[in-house]
Amino acid sequence: MKGLLRWESVLFVLLALVAVVGSAATGGSFLTGRGAFNVGSDLAVMALIAMPLTLVIVAAEIDLSVASVLGLSSALIGALWNAGWPLEAILPFVIVVGAVCGAINGFLVTKLGLPSLAVTIGSLALYRGLAFVVLGDQAVADFPESYTQFGTNPVPGTWIPYPILLFAVLAVVFGLLLHATTFGRAVFAIGANEEAARFSGIRVKRIKFILFVLTGAVAALAGIVYTLRFASARADNGTGLELEVVTAVLLGGVSIFGGRGTIGGVILAALVLGGLTDALILDDIATEVVKLVTGILLLASVFAPAVTKRLTRGTP
Amino acid sequence: MTAVRELGILIALAVVVVVTAVVNPLFLSGQGIRDLLLNACLVALLTVGQTMVVITRNVDLSVGSVLGLSAFVTADTFAVNPVLAIVVGIVVGALCGLVNGALVGLGKVPSLVVTLGTLSVFRGLDFMWAHGRQINAANLPDGFLALGSGSVFGIPYLVIITLVVLAVAALHLGSYRSGRELYAIGSNPEAAVLAGIPVGRRVFTTFLLSGTVAGLAGVLAVARYGTVDATVGTGLELQVISAVVVGGVAIFGGSGTVAGAALGALLLSTIGSALEVVHIAQFWQQAITGALLIAAIALDRSVALRVAARLRRQSRGVSA
Repeated sequence: MKGLLRWESVLFVLLALVAVVGSAATGGSFLTGRGAFNVGSDLAVMALIAMPLTLVIVAAEIDLSVASVLGLSSALIGALWNAGWPLEAILPFVIVVGAVCGAINGFLVTKLGLPSLAVTIGSLALYRGLAFVVLGDQAVADFPESYTQFGTNPVPGTWIPYPILLFAVLAVVFGLLLHATTFGRAVFAIGANEEAARFSGIRVKRIKFILFVLTGAVAALAGIVYTLRFASARADNGTGLELEVVTAVLLGGVSIFGGRGTIGGVILAALVLGGLTDALILDDIATEVVKLVTGILLLASVFAPAVTKRLTRGTP
Repeated sequence: MTAVRELGILIALAVVVVVTAVVNPLFLSGQGIRDLLLNACLVALLTVGQTMVVITRNVDLSVGSVLGLSAFVTADTFAVNPVLAIVVGIVVGALCGLVNGALVGLGKVPSLVVTLGTLSVFRGLDFMWAHGRQINAANLPDGFLALGSGSVFGIPYLVIITLVVLAVAALHLGSYRSGRELYAIGSNPEAAVLAGIPVGRRVFTTFLLSGTVAGLAGVLAVARYGTVDATVGTGLELQVISAVVVGGVAIFGGSGTVAGAALGALLLSTIGSALEVVHIAQFWQQAITGALLIAAIALDRSVALRVAARLRRQSRGVSA
């Protein structure tokens, strides 16, 4: 009984519901190979960032600067491409910059002991501002097709988008990291009770620092995927995406108070959220209404645990 | 301690103004100063509610969306009845604040998550209501637009309204029990509960006030800009929170004043104008805001740690 009532089961039902209602509302195009390809390509960017952010939130911290790191990464790609750098050099460089952005967040949180919420609201503005400093309001779009194909074409012979392939690799890596290593157990311990974790010899600061660096690097990687998919490097790419990513993580059953959550749940939640977004957009509903729905889902997913707790109180 | 912090902001403000005025003397003309004050007004107004919320160790990220929603509803109601429009605008803000307060108080969910959610919910409602429309100054009565641009004895109405709201809030926070209790809540929520302070009700009220003030700011935004669409106030929450923190309100709760926060708003908007005057691209503005915010938080933390260390030393001295 308890197994059936797991949050992941609820997400499975939601996912099925989104698929059925979505395909009904869009006249069937939703469940075709092409439809699945579109859904997959659209949600990949958000889902990528959700992987490391899951670990950050399990450790009872938060990173609101991810969408700005994505924007900075996109702006750098554009500026360096304009400056004549080859993409082979730009892409690894951008990921290093993302890791540095994460390291700055991590330094401020662990060395200075500042709350990650306040720090990353600040770096949200700082990194987005730097993105504009780097590229201004231009859009760079003249990338070679051999690269942009990565975001617009499926793996030959299938309907699997390349970004989803990348996401699958990251999901396995972060899933193993969180659920099958001592590092992952330490992340849970930190989120459940930081003081206790420190006293039991876990190097709390170092682990948190690593988590922020990983999040920054993956956010920059997501910036690369975003830029290639839309073949457009812009400083304002991904503005506001942090809301969607945080929503996916919390909807996936990760507690905002830390110490609880699974990568599997977040993957399901990302699929639900991505599918829902695509169904609404295909149905010609404005993207702003999609944001409204995302906001309601975020609120619902943080209140659901409180409500179910109250409902099941007294029944062990 | 607080007085020193506000002095710091004043000095920073003076430096920015003097340096800019040397580069471009027009910066300190009558019109220049008027523009500076007018530009700072809406953010300064929003810092009043935000200051109270942050003092209780919470945060309200939804203020930009509340302002936007209230602005559009106000502009849209004008055709029906101007007086009603102003009232409705403020009521819309109050309702948004009520929702935030109820969710934070009821669900015991951190205000960050709640207001991150309502940020997009209120903005979504704004878009649904606006439905792609834009309302222009031509649709609004001159008398109302004068509220945004007119002045009495050379002081713009907008500045007077902002100062009045600031004064009322400062009086409340400084001299009334319900105001002082907000500091107690932010300093130590558990102790505040034990001391018999109605923490839930006080936090609820601060969100209600923050929403109401954002509603008023929405009404005034219509009067000031004349043109309203569903994007008004997007991203404003960042400026407001920066102003509050730069203005010396501790992000960890428990200390700060509305006067400091308003000065913070003035400093940030002056830096923005100064960047334009000395021809540094507008693009730097957001980066500087972010860097200032991080610096202010770090400073805030180091001051707090130093005070705590000194208090420990003193108490040791007393007992010895």
